[in-house]
Formats: sequence, structure tokens, C-alpha cells
Amino acid sequence: MAAGAALLAGIAGLALFAPVLAPNPPDKQFADRAYAPPMRIHMRDASGLRMPFVYPQMLQDRLAREYRDDTTAPRALTWFSGGSVMSLPDAGGPLLLMGADALGRDVFSRLLYGARLSLGVTALGVLGALVLGALVGGLAGSVGGGTETVLMLIADFLLVLPGAYLVLVLRGALPAVLSTSEVFLLMAGLFAVAAWPHAARGVRAVVATERRRDYAVAARAAGASPFRLARHLLPAARGFLSVEVLLLIPALLVAEATVSYLGLGFPVPKASWGTMLQEAANVRMMAEAPWLLAPAAALFLVVLGVQLLVWTRAPATELLIGRGRIS
Amino acid sequence: MTRDLAAFVGGRLAAAALFVVVVSAGAFVLVRLAPGDATAELFLSRASPAEIADARSRLGLDRPLLVHLRDWATGLVTLDLGQSSVFGRPVSDLVRERAGATARLAALALLVAVAIGLPLGVLTGSRPRFAAFVAPVSVALVACPPIVAVLALLLMAVATGWMSIAPGSYAVPTLALALPVAAMLERLQSQALADALSSPDLIAAAARGVPPARLVWVHAARQSLLPVLGIAGAVIGSLFSGSLAVEMMTSWPGLGRLMFDALTGRDLFLVAGCALVGAMLIAVGNLAADIARAVVDPRVRGGA
Repeated sequence: MAAGAALLAGIAGLALFAPVLAPNPPDKQFADRAYAPPMRIHMRDASGLRMPFVYPQMLQDRLAREYRDDTTAPRALTWFSGGSVMSLPDAGGPLLLMGADALGRDVFSRLLYGARLSLGVTALGVLGALVLGALVGGLAGSVGGGTETVLMLIADFLLVLPGAYLVLVLRGALPAVLSTSEVFLLMAGLFAVAAWPHAARGVRAVVATERRRDYAVAARAAGASPFRLARHLLPAARGFLSVEVLLLIPALLVAEATVSYLGLGFPVPKASWGTMLQEAANVRMMAEAPWLLAPAAALFLVVLGVQLLVWTRAPATELLIGRGRIS
Repeated sequence: MTRDLAAFVGGRLAAAALFVVVVSAGAFVLVRLAPGDATAELFLSRASPAEIADARSRLGLDRPLLVHLRDWATGLVTLDLGQSSVFGRPVSDLVRERAGATARLAALALLVAVAIGLPLGVLTGSRPRFAAFVAPVSVALVACPPIVAVLALLLMAVATGWMSIAPGSYAVPTLALALPVAAMLERLQSQALADALSSPDLIAAAARGVPPARLVWVHAARQSLLPVLGIAGAVIGSLFSGSLAVEMMTSWPGLGRLMFDALTGRDLFLVAGCALVGAMLIAVGNLAADIARAVVDPRVRGGA
């Protein structure tokens, strides 16, 4: 559990501090660096230990995209200069910790900035789904009767639909060309619409049990309105919702990746994990430039962190049913 | 017993039919209301307004939404799903080919997942020492959603040549869908089996002298089937959901690609047709899971 929390906190930290951690601007295209491999940070050379340094890359063969380290001119990394924690002095060329993509952009910097978009839209989507789900589930559970039946029918209906297709069709039915911030809000909204039934089902179950308790009966007898009653009953669902947050994160993160991969998500020059995968999922380049798959590895780490964290918090069954709805 | 089972199946069939109709009509209405229509390409190719108007009337886009929907529904009754504007072919032909491809992929993946996951789960559930090796692998695989798994497998295939990545090759798409599900089934089966083994009736059976192998593989395995069947619906949903990314990345000619082409081309009838067969596949899968549960557990039949 500690490992999962540390993993997630670490990734969130990387995303949060992307502007100071990224050695390069995410959209900057470096000339002569297309598909440049990751640079290694060296700590020792022939004369023994030194401050961390790299060998600048030199384009050996433009057609074969071969690069070679210029071992004659080691460059020491500079720390905390130019608004970045770690960078190279200008003469050394760009610092490419995870290599460069087809346009010569720094994959590591794009991964960090991409995390802001991908994790951000996921977080907002999860929040929306929980609020919507708690409202609907709380209402259904505290009112009961016909309202409950209808609301839960709608929830069940949406639950059976495969999430990826639901988001795809909803997104496909909306305007295709939008700005990044519009896409951000729109996708978060779609995720909330697609994911609220998961929260609503659980909240309704908790609230429906809770409303038979004495305090709820007393509140009703005292003339509390359904909304006031729901306000009293909802806190009981806190435990369920805290697990639900974790279960929805992987699902929505994968949804962002899928939708952006299909070209219906963030506009292409913008770095999100999905748009980066779209550029990486080229089978011919995969063996030559596997570092382009870094966002897939990042996705894996987030989902793994969630699994490790949930493992101890929820019974295995709940966890696995949660997994069943992913992507 | 057979009568209440029949009533149960009948009720579920009616619900499934309603589900299929609502899903496809919903997709139809959504795309019809969406900005832009199938004549966008004509417009871009500088067709005359008269030509565009002609195409719109041929596609029924000049009719009011409700009339259009009614016409489509009338066709549906006679199993006429209309004509695809993107492919210029009857929707029913297209959809039949592609749904078959997706169903084959999903069914094969399910088979592989069950064949690996369940026996492994019984083993890990009954032998903690064995579980120490398998569980970490399972947790890692559970954390590999199909979109990650397919990329990892493609990379592995390209780097080692162990698997073919030619279009139409089954290895990569099947494994990408099956492995996360297999891991999930393994974890769940393991937990369910461990629970079953500590239940009073199995302790009594052990005390009676039932041999350990029979105790695990017959008595406990049967008891643990129910919680595993409980997530069958979720598994079917995740197979379908995951197949979208997997189909796009491995060029699998399935329903996911067709739906994507239909949506981006604003191909109204094709979107509705895809939604129709997709919903059918899901309904059939869920129905099969429900029936299996009703057969295993009489309590389910009582309408619970």
C-alpha cells in the first residue's frame, strides 16, 4: 500500500512540477534530433568520479538516423539555471533523457507535460463522476420508489455499455475541432457522464441501507425534505467513494489515451499521453525507437500504483470488479 | 425447476431486445443531432448546392429527425439496416463481416483467459507458496489495460519475431485482450477458492477424509465458481471496450474500426447498425452469463 501511494504521489509530483523539471519546452523541435536515442548520464570517466555529465549527440547519418556520442566534449549538467532543475548549457545541444520523437521533440519533457493534461482531465472526470453519482445515488436511495427504479435503470443501462464505445460515440457526435481547453472540459464532462453510474450504484446501496436507521427515520418523521435527508445519509458513503476514486482513475486515464489515440482527443501538437501514443504506435518504428512508448509505461505505472493502493483497502472482489470495467 | 428457468430466460430475452433497440436508436439520434453530416466531403470537393441537396435527400437528411428515425425503425423490422454512405454498401453486410471478426477475437480471448486464469487461480488459492510467485505477475498484468498490453506485445513481437504482426494474425490482439482478464480471473478465483476452503462444509468434508485433490478441484472449485461468474458481465464489457484500442492498433477488421470510420464519416445508418450488432453481442454475452449463474445458483432465478 505504501508502495502504491508513493508511486502515485511521485507521478503526481512529476506532473505538478513539469515546468521546472522538464529540461526542454515540450513542443520545441530540435533540428537534427529526429528519433535521437535517450542520452545516458555518466558519473565517471577515465579520470574517475565526476559531477554528472553527458556526451553531446552527433548526427552520424541522416538517412539511417544514426547518432553517436561525442566523447571528446563531455558536458556537465547545469543545475537550477534557466528556470529548469536540470539542463545542458546551450552549446551541448538539447538534453534528451528519453530520446526524441519523429519531429525531434524531447520525449521526457513531453511526457511530463502530457501527464498534466492526461492526469488533469482524469482527475476532473473522476470528480465529476463522483459528484453526479453521489447526487443521483443519494437521491435514489433516500427517495426510493419509482424515482429509484427509473434512476437505477438508467444507471444499469449505461453500465452495460462498454465504456470506450460510449465515450467514442459521445465524443464523435460533438464538434471535431476544438481548442485544448475546450477539449479538456469536454472530455472531463464526457468521462463524468460515462462513469457516474459506477458511483451512483454503490452510493444508492449504502444510502438505501442507511435510511432504515433510526436517525434517518427520525429525520423523515421531523419533516426533512429528500434533499436534506440525502445530505444526512451521504456521509455514510464516504468509504465507498474513497475506493471508487481510485478505481475510476485507471478507467478514465485509459479512456483519454484511447480517445486521443484515435485522434478525437487533444489536438495533435499538444502533448498528452494519448496523442504521444498516437505518434508512437507505428509498428515499423517501434523496434528502432522503443522510447516513444514511454507514455504506455507511464500509464502502466499509474494503474499499478492504483492496484497496489486499492489492494489493501478493498476486498479483492471489489477491486477486481473495478478492474473489469477498465478502458 | 425448468419452468422458472424458462421464465427467467424469457424475461431476460425481452430485456435484451429492448436494450438492443434503445442502444441503436440512441446512437442514431446522437449522430443525427451531431454537427456536420455525411455530405461534408461533397462540400469539400466543391459540389454544387444542387448536388449536395440531392445527396441530403437521398440520405434522408432533409427529413425531420422523428420521421427519419421512424423510417429507419421501419426498415429495422424488415431487417433492412440501410445503405452505408462511406462504403456504399448495405450496412447489414458490412456489419455482419465486422461483428464476426470482433466476436471471434473476443471469444478466443475469453477462452484463453479462462483456460489460463481459472486453473491457475485454483492452484494459487490452495497453495500459498505457489501464489507467492504467481501473484506479483498477476498484479502487474492486471495493471496492463489492453491499450498498454497491445503496445507491449507489438514491441515484443517486432523485437523478437516470436509472434506474427501481419494483419489478421491472432496472436497479438488475442493475448492483449486475454492477459489482463486472465490475471483478473486468477486473482479472483484464488481468493474465492481460499474462502471456499475455509468454509465449514469443506472443513467437514476434509475431516471426513475426502482426498485433498478432490477437495480442492471438485468441492472448493465448484463453490468458488459463483463469485467468479459474478463478474462475467464486467469481463464481457472490458473485452469489448478493450477491443476498440486493440483493433485500431493491430488493424483488426472488426466492429471497433467500423464504428470509428462510421462516426468520423457521419455515416448515420452505419453507426446505428454498428451499435445494433454491438449491443446484440453484449446482450448475448450477458445473457449467457446470467443463464450460467441461474443454472449454478437457484437463488438467482428468483428474480434477485
